[in-house]
Amino acid sequence: MLWQALTLQLGYNATLVAIGATLLGISAGVTGTFLFLRKRALVSDAISHATLPGVCLAFMALVAFGGDGRNLIGLLAGSALSAWVGLLCMNWLTRHTRLAEDAAIGAVLSVFFGFGVVLLTVIQSMGVGRQAGLEGFLLGSTAGMLWADALVIAVGGAATLALVMIIRRPMMMVAFDPEYAVARGLPMHRIDLMMMGLVMAVTVVGLKIVGLILIVALLIIPPVTARFWTDRSDRVVVLAGLVGGLAGYLGAALSASAPNLPTGPIIVLVSFGFFALSWLLAPVRGVLAAVLRHLRFQRRVHIRQGLLALAQGQKIYEPLTIRLLCRAGVVRADGVATEAGKACAAKALRDEKRWEIVRADQAHEATAALYDGLRDIETVLTRDQIAEIDRRIGGPQEVTS
Amino acid sequence: MLELATVQGVSVEEQGVDYSPLAIRGLTVSYGQKPAVFSVDMAVQPGAMTAIIGPNGAGKSTLLKAALGIVSPLSGLVTVFGQPLEDQRARIAYVPQRASVDWDFPTRVIDVVLMGLSRQLGLLGRVRARHMARAMDCLNRVGMREFSDRQIGQLSGGQQQRVFLARALAQDADLYLLDEPFAGVDAATEKAIIAVLKSLKEAGKTVVVVHHDLATVTDYFDHVFLINTRKVAEGPVAQAFTAETLQAAYGGRLATAQIDQISRALG
Repeated sequence: MLWQALTLQLGYNATLVAIGATLLGISAGVTGTFLFLRKRALVSDAISHATLPGVCLAFMALVAFGGDGRNLIGLLAGSALSAWVGLLCMNWLTRHTRLAEDAAIGAVLSVFFGFGVVLLTVIQSMGVGRQAGLEGFLLGSTAGMLWADALVIAVGGAATLALVMIIRRPMMMVAFDPEYAVARGLPMHRIDLMMMGLVMAVTVVGLKIVGLILIVALLIIPPVTARFWTDRSDRVVVLAGLVGGLAGYLGAALSASAPNLPTGPIIVLVSFGFFALSWLLAPVRGVLAAVLRHLRFQRRVHIRQGLLALAQGQKIYEPLTIRLLCRAGVVRADGVATEAGKACAAKALRDEKRWEIVRADQAHEATAALYDGLRDIETVLTRDQIAEIDRRIGGPQEVTS
Repeated sequence: MLELATVQGVSVEEQGVDYSPLAIRGLTVSYGQKPAVFSVDMAVQPGAMTAIIGPNGAGKSTLLKAALGIVSPLSGLVTVFGQPLEDQRARIAYVPQRASVDWDFPTRVIDVVLMGLSRQLGLLGRVRARHMARAMDCLNRVGMREFSDRQIGQLSGGQQQRVFLARALAQDADLYLLDEPFAGVDAATEKAIIAVLKSLKEAGKTVVVVHHDLATVTDYFDHVFLINTRKVAEGPVAQAFTAETLQAAYGGRLATAQIDQISRALG
């Protein structure tokens, strides 16, 4: 079943949903990256919740004028309008009152969503037979997706993507260094507003598939996931698009492969899966890599301390140090240093003395800054420099014990 | 421009002020009800290095930010090379305080410097070999060439500051405004930065620096601008940077011993 879903062999509707979800995932991931890098991730949550009153009002208007209350373009236009109003409210609150952005987000999100829920209730009591389905905008509903719906998503997603590509440089400059961007003459507030307008477009386009409550996940999880793998913003953008698209495709296929699996939430869970894997396994920023790095560092510290203690004839108490020295062949099981171990210890002590000279000497200032107690002095000084330092220290010393 | 000048009744002597690289008149900036900068006039000397000096919280950075439109002033007029600021943006290079950005941002040293070339790159233009060459050249001038591929978070504070300077150099501006470039940097960086700034001056550029280290003022700068919310003094170092003006700017915040030391250094 899953294989058939993955290869788009589960019928017309499933195929439409899979293609739509992939396109939505790509544009949400790419657009969301800029929001994430601007540290405005939660703004998207307020924007998406602010779509609900618009959907309801558009439905009421469509019915009142005798149209089809479920006309997707009409409903999306309504949602865009109320999301835009919500966005402007939020902007105004942050810029012209003493409210911080998080408070403004909370206020707009809850008020607009609350108003939307009231309107939903009103619509249900209106007795218009065809209102069923509006709740689908909360969590997305793909069951009755039409060719026209898929087309709306495809065109909307592609247009958003194109706009993002056009203004990516100004958006990135504002995200990294807003003061510099303003000093260069970039209209920061307008760029921010455009960015949020694009987020709004993605939200509106995604209402049908993932719904307004979960769209924030598709905007935020892909860039956060991508960030684990690269230190370059352009690559974060591309990777986030990939992760989003893949999550959309796999999620849609998974949900089609069994009855009664909701598409939107499954897509979100799949993208979370990508996030969790990246968090664990990413080579530099991942958790495992960090733990390994820490353990390696700890081992180096212990060995170094152990060698210095040996060289100075002190007793080593820490079991871990002894174990590590033993494994390195520096000491025997009974704690007595081997010949090779004695040589290593002498070298460690000598390096420490060399470092002392380096750190006391104004001429070696740049090198001295690299001192961390572990670094081999050969990696930072030339043979000649070391020889010069050795002349100052005097001849090698015998290690006893 | 002439009409504008007559409307405001600017005298002939002030015509010079009008063509200053950065002229500020009656600038007041306030956070809430407390003015950070109050009715300040400033006329930056062309082709010189000017230090903006004053105690903590005296409005040094605010003055610079207001001059650039980063914070909006309550009142005041800013002209750049005698023209409105907006028309002259391309001739200004700004180096913000290092602490003003998130250094964990996913970007490399070279990408930051390329931001200085955003005007040449435009919205959709590809980064070409000549852009890269220019960016690398600017990194070279601040001694950071080998670091071009590093993620910016891996740099030391001094190196980060030099990257910011390289980005400003890439703009090839005529007026350079730097906000505390020497704050918390190592001695090597300070030397590298001052060498670059002096080379800019020799090339006829104008440099304005928000500065906090009184001990180096006479070595580094030609002109000073002393501020403590209001303007205290402005002019060549020999005339404006004296025990009296420092006393006036810093009040009790500067120990008498420090002032004596500086006056002695000044001769």
